Amino acid sequence: MAEVVLAQESEAIAKSGGPRPPAAASVPGTASSRRWNVGDFVFKHLTMLFAVGVLSLVFLMGWEMYRGSSDSIAKFGWNFLSASTWDPVRDEFGAFPFLYGTLVSSLLALVIALPLGLGVAVFLAELAPSWLERPLSFLVELLAAIPSIVYGLWGIFVLVPWLRLEVQPWLGSHFGYLPLFQGPPYGFGMLAAGFILSVMILPIIASISRDVMLAIPNLQREAALALGATRWETTRVVLSSARSGILGATLLGLGRAVGETMAVTMVIGNRADISASLFSPAYSMASVIANEFAEATTSMYTSALIEIALVLFVVTIFLNALARFIVWSVTRRYKTS
Amino acid sequence: MERDAEIQNVMTTGQSLYHRWRKLKNHGMTTVSGLCLLVAVVPLLLIFGYTLYQGASALNLDFFIQMPKPVGETGGGMANAMVGTAILIGLGALFALPVGILAGIYLAEYGSNPLGVAVRFMADVLSGIPSIVVGVVAYIIVVLPMKHFSALAGGVALAILMIPTITRTTEEMIRLVPQSFREAGLALGISQWKTTVRIILPTALKGITTGILLALARAAGETAPLLFTALGNRFWSTAIDQPIGSLSVFIYDYAKAPFEDWNQQAWAAGFVLISLIFLLSLIFRFVTRSRYGEF
Amino acid sequence: MKKLTLFLAAAALLAGIAAPASAQLKLNGAGATFPYVIYSKWFDVYHSKTGIEFNYQSIGSGGGIKQVIEGTVDFGATDGPMTDEQLQQAAEKQGTPVLHIPTVMGAVVVTYNLAEYSGELRLTSDAVAGIFLGEIQKWNDPKIAELNPGKPLPDKSIIVAHRSDGSGTSYIFTDYLTKVSKTWEQKVGRGTSVNWPVGLGGKGNEGVAGLVKQSEGSIGYVELAYAVKNNLPYATLKNKSGNYVKANFEAVSAAAAGALKNMPADLRASITDAGGKDAYPISGFTWLLVYQKMKDKEKAEAMVKFLRWAMSDGESYAKDLYYAPLPKEIVKLCESKIAMLEGK
Repeated sequence: MAEVVLAQESEAIAKSGGPRPPAAASVPGTASSRRWNVGDFVFKHLTMLFAVGVLSLVFLMGWEMYRGSSDSIAKFGWNFLSASTWDPVRDEFGAFPFLYGTLVSSLLALVIALPLGLGVAVFLAELAPSWLERPLSFLVELLAAIPSIVYGLWGIFVLVPWLRLEVQPWLGSHFGYLPLFQGPPYGFGMLAAGFILSVMILPIIASISRDVMLAIPNLQREAALALGATRWETTRVVLSSARSGILGATLLGLGRAVGETMAVTMVIGNRADISASLFSPAYSMASVIANEFAEATTSMYTSALIEIALVLFVVTIFLNALARFIVWSVTRRYKTS
Repeated sequence: MERDAEIQNVMTTGQSLYHRWRKLKNHGMTTVSGLCLLVAVVPLLLIFGYTLYQGASALNLDFFIQMPKPVGETGGGMANAMVGTAILIGLGALFALPVGILAGIYLAEYGSNPLGVAVRFMADVLSGIPSIVVGVVAYIIVVLPMKHFSALAGGVALAILMIPTITRTTEEMIRLVPQSFREAGLALGISQWKTTVRIILPTALKGITTGILLALARAAGETAPLLFTALGNRFWSTAIDQPIGSLSVFIYDYAKAPFEDWNQQAWAAGFVLISLIFLLSLIFRFVTRSRYGEF
Repeated sequence: MKKLTLFLAAAALLAGIAAPASAQLKLNGAGATFPYVIYSKWFDVYHSKTGIEFNYQSIGSGGGIKQVIEGTVDFGATDGPMTDEQLQQAAEKQGTPVLHIPTVMGAVVVTYNLAEYSGELRLTSDAVAGIFLGEIQKWNDPKIAELNPGKPLPDKSIIVAHRSDGSGTSYIFTDYLTKVSKTWEQKVGRGTSVNWPVGLGGKGNEGVAGLVKQSEGSIGYVELAYAVKNNLPYATLKNKSGNYVKANFEAVSAAAAGALKNMPADLRASITDAGGKDAYPISGFTWLLVYQKMKDKEKAEAMVKFLRWAMSDGESYAKDLYYAPLPKEIVKLCESKIAMLEGK
């Protein structure tokens, strides 16, 4: 394809009397012999326009949500985040139960997914032979590609009954003295949400940790092995170098868990309550928006929901930015060595 | 002398004991991490297998060509939902492709400057924004001014979700094209933009296209942003300014319902969705593996 | 380049087909899940009769009311009547008053999932209030057991299910509870969205029915049709006159009989906890919310025709789907409202 084009162009140039001097900006950055070329100028600035468009999209979104939630911000101020009453009938809105629900379910997911994800990453990066590593990596990435709604579907019909009939009764009878495992076994609730989120963020943590570990130069591994370390001990060395990258991966996983909507909505029980028990139903920020947005009857109600969306927006941007920065600085540090 | 030999003996035994302990740890940890992998892969197989198993029975011709039946009656299908999903991702692509591809070209060709860094960063940040938040934004900027729900609003929401992926894919695929192509074009006196558009881009096109298809497949699975933008429609509708049904929202409605027939249909739809995504992921992987080994 | 052109052409073609697609008339509505079973039947039948599409999204009464206020739909549906403030808001925003037109009546039943227990479960209003307040927590609590002697109840926790979305069904249910329980009146009150003391939240009647069906030991409240269609058992309730009544369309009609005398002019009536020895205590009307002056003339005409069809032929579908048809006197009152749509 490209060869044909080259041939066509060189024909055209030959016809017009030989090759022209090098076109403008042939070496990006140099200012020498710049011949003005309209096509180049237009093209460059057209693409720049769209790139800036992508950039400004984020700001546009933030701005629109800020405007939309101005009523709620004006009425409740910072109390919005600490008050616990969500009463649409009396127009009293406090978002703390949702913050709590999001936080606890995401942290629970991390507690489960982090060790597992690290184990997977270690296996893929260090211990697996390369013929095995590639298809396995692909499988793990496929997990990330499953839509949230399908996770939710599986959650309702497989996970929740299993929790209600097997796991929660077992936990309740063996560890029921802990406030964490008290209350009737609903099946639906914080535990289900945490479980399903952990499955969803596992591939993120695993893939990025694997990438970070692979970016660490072999020199470190060779040095350790030369000193007589076993495979595992070498891996420990690599892991400690990859610490900050793994932190980045964790933050990205957390970011995804915080924003996850459908799977959580379908299993969390939809109850704006704060309880110490993992068995009790809860409500996350994303879930309340999904459930109540279409029917928020007063403008204050809508405004409050938009404010929750704004909070989610800010939190996920913060987590993502921090994580990307950390991952970027780690992989960058090792690229040059 | 004897004592020296004794000390030597103890030390060697101690050392070999310690060796064995380290070896044990080594094997143990290898096993543990292998187990972790198993635990990670098992849900994937479970979910896919379960969806297949449950969905297969409801997956018949009716499912693909019939319209939904009234509440409580068995039978019917999701023909309108499939068309709806196709229209929604078509609309999303319409808005996202020009923006994403051109922005990706900018990043690949002219993007080694602070603006490029900022755009790349923002694209990554954009990809991390929850889809429900994108839905809220689409509601504010499309549904409210139009005063009703529409496929257009859903398309806008999906477009915002697709832009970061398309941008990054385009950038990466263009970067994969060897410099020699670019140099050849410029050496012949072809202007830079023509080199990009007529030489580099077509070469990278295969990877870009598969990447786009993958982004589309993922958008097809999105539910949250459609809940209050495209809303839903039980009738056959292809109009852009009207609410429209979609596979994902249908799955949501049917999964929560108590009617077993509906639950089955939800599984079938889920199966269709993940098969699509898996297939395209596979193709994408295949197409983009070491394409330029020979150069 | 060629591919791009091809793509744009395809998109333009798609847009061309898509945009002015319909010679058929389409009306969009949203609202209550309570009557969804019969509405989806009606709209399906009417579509095959006339070709006019009434696209109804069952998102809950709260959603229906909101969309009507915002004007994002052509009509709404609710079983919790709009409050005066909501009516005022709608009138201001849309420039026309909103009419409540009752379509059918239904029963809200207390459905449960208790595999070990077969046969009739009797509950009084106190027991129901106690369960939903979280005061009665186990199935074999004496307050329930004493109502059902002779059949042992399991020692299981009661898992309460309620609506997580704004719901007319919730309105009818909480309206009943407010009338029969002082504690409920003080603690919770009535509304489409209330602060439930305990329980899991499900979206829509289907959501609650789904929760109950899937969770053993659970109890919830749904419209009768949803319980029947899913083979879910429901309780027999003690009514105001002291009789135990099981929900069916006759019991609902008996509840409505009393309401006729006190029917308000705008037809927003409550028939819960009705007197009458055969009345089912948790009965309610469901309304379509229609703009008195619709923006589109064609749509207004279609609406009028449909409503008249619903009041005559439509009502014949009610009994089979476990709803109670409107009594003739109320149909007459509806006719006067429908006439208002025509500008009379």
